[in-house]
Amino acid sequence: MVQLICQHLSLGYDGHEILHNLYFKINAGDYLCIVGENGSGKSTLMKTILGLQAPLSGKIVTGDGLRKNEIGYLPQQTLVQRDFPASVWEVVLSGCQNRQGLRPFYNVEEKRLAHENIEKMGLSSLTDRCYRELSGGQQQRVLLARALCATKKMLLLDEPVSGLDPVVTEEMYCLIESINREDGITVVMITHDIHAALKYANRILHIGESVFIGSKEAYMKSKFSDGFAGQGGVR
Amino acid sequence: MNGWEKLILYFQYPFVRYALIVGVLIALCSSLLGVTLVLKRFSFIGDGLSHVAFGAMAIAAVFGMTNEMPLVLVVTIVSAVLLLRTGQNAKIKGDAAVAMISVGALAIGYLLMNLFAKSSNLSGDVCSTLFGSTSILTLTQTEVWLCVLLSVVVTAIFVLFYHKIFAVTFDEGFAKATGTNAGLYNLMIAVVVAVVIVLAMNLVGSLLISALVIFPALSAMRVFKSFRAVTICSAVLSVCCAFVGILISIVGGTPVGSTIVAVDIAAFGGFSGAGIILGGMKK
Repeated sequence: MVQLICQHLSLGYDGHEILHNLYFKINAGDYLCIVGENGSGKSTLMKTILGLQAPLSGKIVTGDGLRKNEIGYLPQQTLVQRDFPASVWEVVLSGCQNRQGLRPFYNVEEKRLAHENIEKMGLSSLTDRCYRELSGGQQQRVLLARALCATKKMLLLDEPVSGLDPVVTEEMYCLIESINREDGITVVMITHDIHAALKYANRILHIGESVFIGSKEAYMKSKFSDGFAGQGGVR
Repeated sequence: MNGWEKLILYFQYPFVRYALIVGVLIALCSSLLGVTLVLKRFSFIGDGLSHVAFGAMAIAAVFGMTNEMPLVLVVTIVSAVLLLRTGQNAKIKGDAAVAMISVGALAIGYLLMNLFAKSSNLSGDVCSTLFGSTSILTLTQTEVWLCVLLSVVVTAIFVLFYHKIFAVTFDEGFAKATGTNAGLYNLMIAVVVAVVIVLAMNLVGSLLISALVIFPALSAMRVFKSFRAVTICSAVLSVCCAFVGILISIVGGTPVGSTIVAVDIAAFGGFSGAGIILGGMKK
């Protein structure tokens, strides 16, 4: 089932085009990694999919019952969040915002969902702790739990492991994989870690001067993987 | 006559009671907004907007308007909207924009007052606008009711949209991506901020409004770790400080605005100490 189609997208800002005529589909259950050099437009593409930024031309169509506000999002950390006084519970619960509509308070169902996702991310013992006092890996798991409150179908991750140490990085990848495998949530992830991309993803979108979209196997045979993945290939 | 008798004597006058009610309500509203503003890195917006209001008052005075309130309110709201909405992708970033508008409005306002002033006591006028006038002691009953009404509205908005304000403050990108109309809530915050500031100008004056906005929030953040606790503590603290400050100023005959701010500073000192001790105990 196709969940999302980017139709002839052109992206950029201030009238300056960085991506031209991009066309690809995302199927339900996909694990798609978006790779490419800095400045190639990965984050811009993600923001466009999320509706935070308008494309210069083209459009994004959702299907399979996926609504635009049902896409979970794990953004890169902002400066504001570093010293924000908020408990883990408050942050995760704020992921239910899109279910709430104009109702001023959260209902029992939403609170249950937040508890469930806190547990799933192994954060139960940290529920009342202050977000800013957690380690980098714990913070990412909190934000992941929040994103899971916002979606049952598709999750967009913007460099989820940047700044994490190797052990925590591996844990994070395992969590994301289980979300994809066990919960059947489509994962779209921006990453610079090409080895991880080739290990976990089933499809790769490479953007830059020229664009590649296809299965992981096709990507490894293509000319793109040479320059980017280096000599090592897959671990 | 000791302080207590003096207080009882003063409280027999309605204007003293009005001043206390209005002062406490304004402190409540500004502290509720303060938490969001401090976290959004807009601590100085109170200062900036009050200077805009000062400029607008000068213009109103030049045109000889008898009721300056509508003009001041409109100009301030427009400035607040412009400042808060340009938050992210503006050419001039948040702090620079606030600073620019703040000093700009102050300079123009003073210039206009000087050029066209009809009053003989110019420096007195300017001083009372900047540091809060005695006008808090000359409030009419209508003004008090207006203030009560606005405070109820501000508090109601804050309570009803509490979770949305949290979401938009913590992570605007995420809130927008999951379908929260972040622009609308930013607009709402901006309008409320402007209204509160215009109200608060009578109490503490242009230069000291920032203190009402930021001190309670910063004090609360020293000790508390969750958004809800910080917000509640900030509101309670602000109300207490305003109450104590006004009482001291009545008994001691000190200027109302600066006394409240001095009490706020003392509270901040106390909370910082408490925060350090609590932090030390954890480790």
